[in-house]
Amino acid sequence: MTALASRHRAFALTASLLTLTLAVTACGSSSKKTRSTGPECAAYTQYGDLSGKTVKVFTGIVTPEDALLKKTWVPFEHCTGATIKGTFDKSFETQVLVQAKAGNPPDIAIVPQPGLLQQLVATGKAVPASAETTAMVDKNFSTDWKAYGSVNGTFYAPPQNASMKSLVWYSPKEFKDKGYTVPTTLDELITLSDKIAATGKKPWCAGIGSGEATGWPITDWMEDMMLRLWGPDEYDKWVQHKIAFNSPEPTAALDEVGKFLKNSKYVNGGLGNVKSIATTAFQDGGLPILKGNCSFHRQASFYAANWPAGTTVSPDGDVFAFYLPGKTAADKPVLGGGEFMLGFRDAPEVHAFQTFVASGEWATLAAQGGGGRAVSANKAADVSKCTCSEIDKLAFQVLQDPKAIFRFDGSDAMPAAVGSNSFWKQTTSWITGQSTKTTVDKIEASWPKG
Amino acid sequence: MTTADAAPAAPLTTTPFVGVDVASGRAKKKLTSRWASLVAVIIAVLWTIPTFGLAISSIRPQGDIQDSGWWSFFSNPHVTLDNYRAVLSSTGTGGLGSYFLNSFIIVIPSVIIPIALAALAAYAFAWIDFKGRNLLFICIFALQIVPIQVTLIPLLTLYVDSGIGGSFWAIWISHSIFALPLAIFLLHNFMKEIPKELIEAARMDGARHVQIFFRVMMPLLTPALAAIGIFQFLWVWNDLLVALTFSGGTSDIAPITVALANLSGTQGTAWHLLSAGAFISIAVPIVVFLSLQRYFVRGLLAGGLKG
Repeated sequence: MTALASRHRAFALTASLLTLTLAVTACGSSSKKTRSTGPECAAYTQYGDLSGKTVKVFTGIVTPEDALLKKTWVPFEHCTGATIKGTFDKSFETQVLVQAKAGNPPDIAIVPQPGLLQQLVATGKAVPASAETTAMVDKNFSTDWKAYGSVNGTFYAPPQNASMKSLVWYSPKEFKDKGYTVPTTLDELITLSDKIAATGKKPWCAGIGSGEATGWPITDWMEDMMLRLWGPDEYDKWVQHKIAFNSPEPTAALDEVGKFLKNSKYVNGGLGNVKSIATTAFQDGGLPILKGNCSFHRQASFYAANWPAGTTVSPDGDVFAFYLPGKTAADKPVLGGGEFMLGFRDAPEVHAFQTFVASGEWATLAAQGGGGRAVSANKAADVSKCTCSEIDKLAFQVLQDPKAIFRFDGSDAMPAAVGSNSFWKQTTSWITGQSTKTTVDKIEASWPKG
Repeated sequence: MTTADAAPAAPLTTTPFVGVDVASGRAKKKLTSRWASLVAVIIAVLWTIPTFGLAISSIRPQGDIQDSGWWSFFSNPHVTLDNYRAVLSSTGTGGLGSYFLNSFIIVIPSVIIPIALAALAAYAFAWIDFKGRNLLFICIFALQIVPIQVTLIPLLTLYVDSGIGGSFWAIWISHSIFALPLAIFLLHNFMKEIPKELIEAARMDGARHVQIFFRVMMPLLTPALAAIGIFQFLWVWNDLLVALTFSGGTSDIAPITVALANLSGTQGTAWHLLSAGAFISIAVPIVVFLSLQRYFVRGLLAGGLKG
């Protein structure tokens, strides 16, 4: 009898749980939004009435930047009546491919790598950008950026945020005390380094330790030098393997890096000898600048977050960065990264949202939001409204410069066997003594055939 | 699944009817020797240290966690609940609350559905004679060899085509599919051990299959069902891959494991929250395990002689 009673209880429990489940599922559908037509919405009338429409956006951006991103969508939702539903997940890069292959991709994926963009377009599920989106991108972005959002000549994805890697961190205070000026060409940088080295101080400091990714800061160095010595066209050929990794141009670029990082007069300020570069964590590589043991550290804008609390990062503060100069003052190659809004559904609301993100309004909203989401290469962004840090302002200034030639981080675009394996490992051996020739030969040998 | 494979098989497939006293007496003698106890205690301590460290980490302030290891807590004890507050608050960095509910909604049907189906199927394989029974049973058993990773994209395509992609149904059905082969196999072995005389006696009394199943089998099966239930519960609760693939990571249906994976932030800067998040996540499995563990003991000792 007790067995029977407990069975009844079990059934009741199951039934109630299933009811709860259904109730919760039902609550998931949100109420319909309506469009607002106030004066603040003047710039949004071009997108039309999208009341009741939903755009699902999938991205790998998670806390705390997701909140900043969501905030930039609010005016669009308010003025068009559309709902932007974001999914924020760190496993985006694998999941979005699975979803695209299985046939349920999001409406828009925020893709951070051109290589992934190409893979996603190759699934056949992506939708090219509309004429309005293309016009907006033509107006606000350089052709470099448009090219990275295109696959085989078809333009798909408008750019969103951008980041910049071609930066050299330094101490403005030291510059002021010693009367140094920020170099505007690569030769000036070398002259200044020699000048500092002559005083007995090692001017450069670096660290490339990063767990299994140890070595990646050197790949950035080499990409920067490749751009500066040979220009964007040769750079593209190198990344696409149209010239071999051990051909003269890349070899010279790595030798140019060696002029800085393998020069025992230059490194490793405050940290030890040349070999100490390999054993220093990249997060710690620039810290000797604060103690006055080192003058220069080449690292991307995100390094701003690595300075200890209480450090002022500004043009007259404890540390700041200058643009790693080109061969001449007129050359402005910029190495960096960015995100692209790839659409998967051919619907007015999806195209309207892509156009919105490419617009000056969006870029200004993002700049106002500050934090890690401020910077974009959008020329229509109103930088004066930016609540961003000084370093973000510098990145804005360089990226918006009409002379700037933007190139994506090349190791991200190379096959994984090179870009996230041999390139890291061989350059690490290179810093600890391996010759440039052996290094580029070994990387070339690891390039996948076919 | 590997732990689930090995552990329950041993108690369930032993023959508890013949010489149960002798066998258990010998086992008891061996297991209660002083040396065995010492080894057991050492193993227990060693295995608990990492969890203990995690517990200590979860109550240390952010600065301490990032500066020094958990063992320095003893020389420099600072206790704070900020990590738990940050993890649980919906406005803060994480907000595990709604994901917690999702985990329950996912886990309960994902345990009940496969066990219900497996019990029925196992009964048929054990006590109903039909053509091709053994072949079919071997086929189901062999399904365990298929790694779930290769099924992900084809399954997702099927779900999307049938219109249930990105809903709880996709996750429930997937977990049921993945659990069934092992559950059927284990329950079948268990049912086979029940003495034939018991079934025959029930038949003599006029019981049909349905009655035999509910009146004779079910009470005897409780320990086995509980054991499989616990393993399936732990597997589903801790699963990230299946939930992530079939939920698409949306906050409406993603379980707590997905939220945990995202807790540390885009650049991994908030990793000090992970220990607190992990502790919230394992609280439920611990409660379930402790409240059901007596069934393990019963399964080991009582076997089919109960009732």
